Amino acid sequence: MTVPFPAGSTGPWSAAGMIAAIVIASTTGEVLTAAAMKSIGDLDEIRARAGLKGAIRAVVTCPLFFAGVGFLALAFFSLLFALNHLNLSLVAPASASLTLVTNAVAGKFFLHENVDRRRWTAAVLVCVGVYLLAH
Amino acid sequence: MAHSKLTARQDLILGLVALCAPLGDTCLSRGMTHVPAISLSHPSSLVAAVFTPWIAAGIALLIGFFASYLTALSWADLTFVLPATAFGNVIVALLSKFWLHEPISLERWAGIVLITVGVGFVAHGPSLTERPTPPPESAGYAETLSELEEERVR
Repeated sequence: MTVPFPAGSTGPWSAAGMIAAIVIASTTGEVLTAAAMKSIGDLDEIRARAGLKGAIRAVVTCPLFFAGVGFLALAFFSLLFALNHLNLSLVAPASASLTLVTNAVAGKFFLHENVDRRRWTAAVLVCVGVYLLAH
Repeated sequence: MAHSKLTARQDLILGLVALCAPLGDTCLSRGMTHVPAISLSHPSSLVAAVFTPWIAAGIALLIGFFASYLTALSWADLTFVLPATAFGNVIVALLSKFWLHEPISLERWAGIVLITVGVGFVAHGPSLTERPTPPPESAGYAETLSELEEERVR
């Protein structure tokens, strides 16, 4: 049987803090990236109009995109830090499934997306499904 | 919320998002397990690892994932893209069962069923939140011009 908190190193509160750091950084990164892409517009249309170079230029000249990528990088390094202290079987499913729910909340309040009952149900089902699959 | 019907091309991009991320991670994992232990005192061995076939394939797949993910976010909501592309987890679990002959526990089968139902839920809904269209810029510009004109006459 594996122990989620390796002996002598991490308690449940520290573990919760590490997982929370991954979830917060990841959600912030996803929301900023989504906001950047919405502000740029449909990439398929831009590519049809200005070619692949035009589409790449539209993305790399958007400051919001780099803010999003910065937070996604922070989430990645938080994940590496957590994996140094906790077991993969705890960190991966917990962070992946919690991120789905926090993204639904952030999408509703920050991106003003219409998160109806259908999307809430899907987020919760996928969240539990990912947890079961990765656990 | 409008029901934004996805085109075949957009479905393909969502499929690429779902497939490229787990396959890329799998390639990286497989590549890294075949590379001798890397220490921080020899960082050049990490650079050399990038050019091994499995890791190079993993990186290429992850670049493909990010490009498709950004494209999907440009025409669909975040709360649509994330659950809709979670089906990749199911594909990897099924590949591990039927290709690598790994056992799948009852819990994992339950997870596969829940993700499939969740993806079905969100995929049948609209992909994009409808925003009220802003008034044409020219109208506001014309109003400002007429206000300035009145100000000048006064």
